[in-house]
Amino acid sequence: MAMDPVLLSRVQFAFVVAFHIIFPTFTIGLSAYIAVLGALWVRTGQDRFHQLMRFWTRIFAVSFAMGVVSGIVMSYQFGTNWSHFSHVVGNVVGPLIGYEVLTAFFLEATFLGVLLFGFDRVPPWLYVLSGFFVAGGTAFSAFWILSANSWMQTPAGFVMKDGVAFPTDWLAVIFNPSFPYRFTHMVNAAYLTTGFVVLAVGARYLLAGRHVEVSRTMLRMAIGLVVILAPLQLFLGDQHGLNTLENQPIKVAAMEAHWDSNEAGVPFEIFAWPNEKTESNDYSLSVPHGASLLLTHSWDGKFKGLKSVPPQDRPPVPIVFFAFRIMVGLGLFMIAAAFVGAFLWWRGTMFETRWYLWIMSQCWWIGFIAVICGWITTEVGRQPWVVDGVLRTADAASPVPGDSVITTLILFVLAYATVFSFGIYYINRLIHRGPEEPTETSEGLAGAAMAAAHHTTARSLPRHS
Amino acid sequence: MDWYLPVIWAGLIGTAVAMYVILDGFDLGVGILFPFAANERQRDQMMRSVAPFWDGNETWLVLGGGGLWVAFPLAYSIIMPALYIPVIVMLLALVFRGVAFEFRTVSRSKTWLNVAFTVGSGLAAFAQGVILGGLIQGIKVTNGAFSGGPLDWATWFCLLCGLAMIAGYGLLGATWLTMKTEGPVSLRARHQAKVLLAAVLVFMAAVSIWTPLVDPRILARWLTLPNFYFLWPVPVVTAVVAYFCWRWLENGREVPPFLAAIALFLLGYLGLVISNFPYLVPPSLTVWETAAAPASQIFMLLGTLVLLPMILGYIAFVYWLFRGKVAEGESYH
Ligand code: HDD
Ligand code: HEM
Ligand code: HEM
Repeated sequence: MAMDPVLLSRVQFAFVVAFHIIFPTFTIGLSAYIAVLGALWVRTGQDRFHQLMRFWTRIFAVSFAMGVVSGIVMSYQFGTNWSHFSHVVGNVVGPLIGYEVLTAFFLEATFLGVLLFGFDRVPPWLYVLSGFFVAGGTAFSAFWILSANSWMQTPAGFVMKDGVAFPTDWLAVIFNPSFPYRFTHMVNAAYLTTGFVVLAVGARYLLAGRHVEVSRTMLRMAIGLVVILAPLQLFLGDQHGLNTLENQPIKVAAMEAHWDSNEAGVPFEIFAWPNEKTESNDYSLSVPHGASLLLTHSWDGKFKGLKSVPPQDRPPVPIVFFAFRIMVGLGLFMIAAAFVGAFLWWRGTMFETRWYLWIMSQCWWIGFIAVICGWITTEVGRQPWVVDGVLRTADAASPVPGDSVITTLILFVLAYATVFSFGIYYINRLIHRGPEEPTETSEGLAGAAMAAAHHTTARSLPRHS
Repeated sequence: MDWYLPVIWAGLIGTAVAMYVILDGFDLGVGILFPFAANERQRDQMMRSVAPFWDGNETWLVLGGGGLWVAFPLAYSIIMPALYIPVIVMLLALVFRGVAFEFRTVSRSKTWLNVAFTVGSGLAAFAQGVILGGLIQGIKVTNGAFSGGPLDWATWFCLLCGLAMIAGYGLLGATWLTMKTEGPVSLRARHQAKVLLAAVLVFMAAVSIWTPLVDPRILARWLTLPNFYFLWPVPVVTAVVAYFCWRWLENGREVPPFLAAIALFLLGYLGLVISNFPYLVPPSLTVWETAAAPASQIFMLLGTLVLLPMILGYIAFVYWLFRGKVAEGESYH
């Protein structure tokens, strides 16, 4: 039986990109956190910041490696599996990826070497600056790749000639209509996700009574961050949704499982089973007029429903609908968790409230799930188009037979499952091992530098260089 | 108009690929030589000699692939599906060897990670050779799209190129270790380099004889007059460089053998360019036929002219920062 290469390529792309995005989400946030810790250390000279910086840098190294290798896979996917896409929009999307390589990838990859191995070779300020370069690199990377992705959602600044896109206005291409929203929402998502990981690790240590001093620092920094960013994410997401309503109304209709354009006062479905056959929602539990209020800011506002386009032009509704709800649900949970934490902090009992610490120590993964669900909403929601209104997914694939794709898909699943399991296991081991406690020699910056340069762990030998 | 833009871009991508082959070549080579180390301490030392650099080195692969897409989207969209399986095998091999660097610092038992590092490095090198071979032997194109079969690359010629690549990267790795390490690792690498140098010469000769036989176009390129007058120095210089590489290895020199190995690679590369220019997708499509819109090439060129010197600058800084030899037992992190 010959299998459909397009469907297989979609599954493969979805799998490798969903795997990849886990690591950028964490490394964008963590590199910024490490840079901030470094800056605090250089400014205050306090050892706890340095301890935390070294600790998180080790975890960063493991995650970054997985981000890099899965990213290299991504950059070749366009050619191997979506060659027609590469040809049709290469003139426009290609340079955006090209700029990503030149402004971001070299920067982060090169200075990572300094961050990991340069501690005893460069002065502290340069060491910390390398941290900032790495963090900057990851943010530039997000800038360009999200510009490319947003252009595929809301293409602008180009003309079609002989079936190929030609750029006419680069600023319009880069700053296409959905880009500012997607960029801020995604970068904020990365910081939030990392904030909850740091929070979970700090809570885990406090519950076990280990590393108390640095754990309190982690908790304070994390709560301080998420109490601002979690509500901000709600605001950014809302703005993003309004922008999508303008540019990709059918995607929003799928997110809300909204069928009929003429309906006034559209309810917000808290839960429902969107039924694509009857073109209505089963088992619906909804807030009357909710969606109208959210999206049109009026009680009886109308917006486009799914029935306004023929079924073959609609995305798979249930996937979009549920992915969106999981993301928003987790977003609301994050806001609640942040506020409770801030309240306990204000009461002065945050470090002793064990039930709160326990819940938070279990919640390290929520950001990752929210990010993946967000991307599923975005990507599945724009189907059947790969470049909205320009190129259909079905026309974008490579002339590669289904047998080849199923083979590589199986290989990817096996390889990534192995790498991922070991990666998680090793990161967990690093967390279990914990930050190194300060040694007697560590007084101030110079002492800390000496201590780190000559530190001895159980199995690694002292360095002499 | 704009006939020169594609040529500039062909030059830039050629440079990126050459940078990749040399830089990632030596760290893949270190992976290929990994099993020959006597113990874990020596393996730590070998890995430490490349650990600060590998990630930056591999980025040239992204620039090569990405650059091909930016500047020659049509070529990219033909070559990648044509070599689908070797490309994906290469990527997966790079996944395993890449994570081995970091996992190895955390893991208690190193055996499986050593296997991942060695097999990943060797397989990546082999796949790259197959990709090269697949390009040289030509890609079937109809109406601007790949029209061959999924296993067109599975030929004896590609197999030969794959093995040649393993030997070549092994040579780069061995001369790198000769230069960058001390003690028994450096000594062993020096011996390995000699064996590998001999192997590389055999492979180069085999490929050079076979290529013109595969394709009369290439035969004509080298053996017609007046081309021959300009081209005969290429093999001669190659022989001279190989001789000096050997001498320097014999005489206990440390840096020159590595430079000579690089020069050998560049000469082989030059030979390929001579054989195939201006074809980007041999034997049918040239750099002009596959070029991106001039607006895209110019937009990217402006950025490249500013950014590439900066990149080269900070890469040079990092190599300078980690100058000197790595001692035995020197772990990483
Ligand atoms: C929002 C951010 C983001 C998104 C949506 C993506 N990436 Fe990514 N990528 C990064 C953010 C990032 C990063 C933060 O810069 C990484 C992740 C971890 C890392 O090591 O660098 C990275 C690494 C990374 C690398 C390796 C860079 C190196 O050698 O250092 C490549 C080639 C890509 N990515 C390519 C892609 C492609 C082709 C994507 C889309 C299909 C993609 N990334 C989605
Ligand atoms: C990083 C987070 C991302 C995730 C989790 C993600 C997820 C997905 C998913 C689930 C699909 C399959 C949709 C379907 O076939 O129903 C898809 C398709 C696709 N996405 Fe994304 N995506 C991400 C980012 C990007 C970016 C940054 C780009 C481009 C620059 C991109 C380009 C594509 C392309 C080319 C396809 C294939 C065509 C298709 O199947 O729609 N994606 N992605
Ligand atoms: C709190 C309420 C939230 C709202 C109202 C919201 C809203 C949205 C909307 C409307 C989209 C789809 C945009 C489109 O493609 O048209 C989206 C996408 C996305 N969301 Fe959210 N979001 C929320 C929370 C979160 C959280 C907590 C995270 C992760 C920590 C997150 C991560 C993402 C990501 C990664 C995407 C895909 C990229 C993009 O299109 O921006 N969101 N969000």
